Amino acid sequence: MAKTKGRPKEQHPNRLKRQIAAPLILIAPAIVLYLIFFIWPAAIGFFYSFTNYKGLSKYKIVGLSNYSALLADHDFWSSLLRTFEYIICSVPLNVCLSLLAAVLVTNRKAIGRTLARTLFFIPWLVSPIITGLIWRWMFGEGFGIVNQVIQGFGGHPLRWATDSNLAFVVLVLAGVWAGMAFNMLLFITALENVQQSLYEAASLDGANAWQRFVHITLPGIAPTTFMVVLLGTIGGIKEFAMVQSLNGGGPGTSNRLVVQYIYETGFSNSRIGYASAASMVLLVILVIVSLIQMWLNRRNGGR
Amino acid sequence: MSSAISQAKDAPVRSSNSVWARIKAHGPATIMLWFLVICFAFPVFWLILSSFKGADELFAVPMSFFPRKWTTAGYAEAWSRIDFARYFGNTAVVAIITTVLTVMVSAMTGYALAKYDYWWTRLFFIGILLTTMLPTEVIMSPSFIVVRDIGLYNSLAGIIVPSIITATGIFMFRQYFLTVPDEMMQAARVDGCSEMQIFLRIMLPISKPCIVTLAIFSFQWRWNDYIWPLLILNDSKRFTLQVALRTLVGAEKIDWSVLLPASVISMIPLVLIFMFCQKYIVGSDVDAAFKG
Repeated sequence: MAKTKGRPKEQHPNRLKRQIAAPLILIAPAIVLYLIFFIWPAAIGFFYSFTNYKGLSKYKIVGLSNYSALLADHDFWSSLLRTFEYIICSVPLNVCLSLLAAVLVTNRKAIGRTLARTLFFIPWLVSPIITGLIWRWMFGEGFGIVNQVIQGFGGHPLRWATDSNLAFVVLVLAGVWAGMAFNMLLFITALENVQQSLYEAASLDGANAWQRFVHITLPGIAPTTFMVVLLGTIGGIKEFAMVQSLNGGGPGTSNRLVVQYIYETGFSNSRIGYASAASMVLLVILVIVSLIQMWLNRRNGGR
Repeated sequence: MSSAISQAKDAPVRSSNSVWARIKAHGPATIMLWFLVICFAFPVFWLILSSFKGADELFAVPMSFFPRKWTTAGYAEAWSRIDFARYFGNTAVVAIITTVLTVMVSAMTGYALAKYDYWWTRLFFIGILLTTMLPTEVIMSPSFIVVRDIGLYNSLAGIIVPSIITATGIFMFRQYFLTVPDEMMQAARVDGCSEMQIFLRIMLPISKPCIVTLAIFSFQWRWNDYIWPLLILNDSKRFTLQVALRTLVGAEKIDWSVLLPASVISMIPLVLIFMFCQKYIVGSDVDAAFKG
């Protein structure tokens, strides 16, 4: 056994001998772009985070004072906290709904599955700016259909725009709505790749539909679920455009997410050095989040 | 359940029985599916309905579900007030050029990462992996300074060039080319093909499904992009559609009767593309792209 395992590896280097030029040419554009638009900004961002740079040529090095100011900056922490709340509320909801949609769309008993798949995809076509607009329109306090319906049932209209927690609910719903289609697509592929013979065997053993779902489907699609959670977390941290048109982070600054905070300090107030320090803190948090998720994934036997 | 269906097929005579069996078999799943579909399609449906209402009817109490009087006055007003031709043009230029470049660079890089195994290709792959983890939005102020310093501020090129490389695109092609057997390259080498010829004449043509899927995705990303155009573009003549729409949303008093039709108009190009390329999106094997 050991011998046969070793053989292909020995052949491998010979096969690709002296093929340096072609891969270099193929990969060069990507490497150049990667260096200019990722490594360089990350490096000067790191440098500026130790300065009071405001976009002008004159600036001085201020050491760690940006970081110590950031630690005491209530606005920064509240935007960071709101972002995590947003992720914690929207990601599980998104996973459940997109998985449910994927299960129904792949269920042979449901009628009209092809059309349903297409209709589910409509939100994917809507840009974040227009998503925010649509939900703002539906949840308008005086004119929105949601309050009209609530009143139609005899309830009191809710303050969707001026109550910070209700505004947050709208934000979560809009985010879930916008992200569902793509995750559904990921889940559909995963569901179709679960071995059908496992279901047949379980049926023979008398497992009901729910038991089959919990014991066969969920473990079978675990790597995809991991992917959806990871992409959802990253998407939540990036969220900006949709909030801009939904409520601009309002009422007040209560629903300001962290990218908006960086945007406002870095561009509206031109405190680039300070905003860079915030970016660096966020980068560290992101690395930790992704390491934890990768560790969890590996422990669960995913890739 | 499947036995119920086959029974129904076997005994068409007992029609009332078989109809009942069919309803029992298909009913619950179908009802749940369509309930969910209605929930998800409703917001866009409501946007479209509202866009055909007159300015006076939009805020009328009690509200009517369907417009009492269908009018396209809002569309005419939106079209005359917003320079759609210009914004469509700008956005199309950005989306098309970026998409072409993204597909080219992603195919080249993905192929090299899949088929040439060196320490530096592996290192670069880890770098790309990190990019998905760390979105560039987070470091936007230094990124902006870089774009400004290389002289791309306030130009469409300033949006196009930084968005060319996407981790997703590179992953997609890498995963795709990993499934292509190395023997194909070997055979081509024996036949005297150079490495670049192998890529251009053999590998690119067989990766067509990948090319189409990434092209559609990339076009959608760029059409709906907001943050980069917002940062880079200063001159309203160069605005893309999303930035132009945002200036309307950001106004002190939103003019809904114009904004709603304008939103519908802005979605038309993507809807058309979706209609023609649906099978490549809804049927695509996107999972492969994210398995890394």
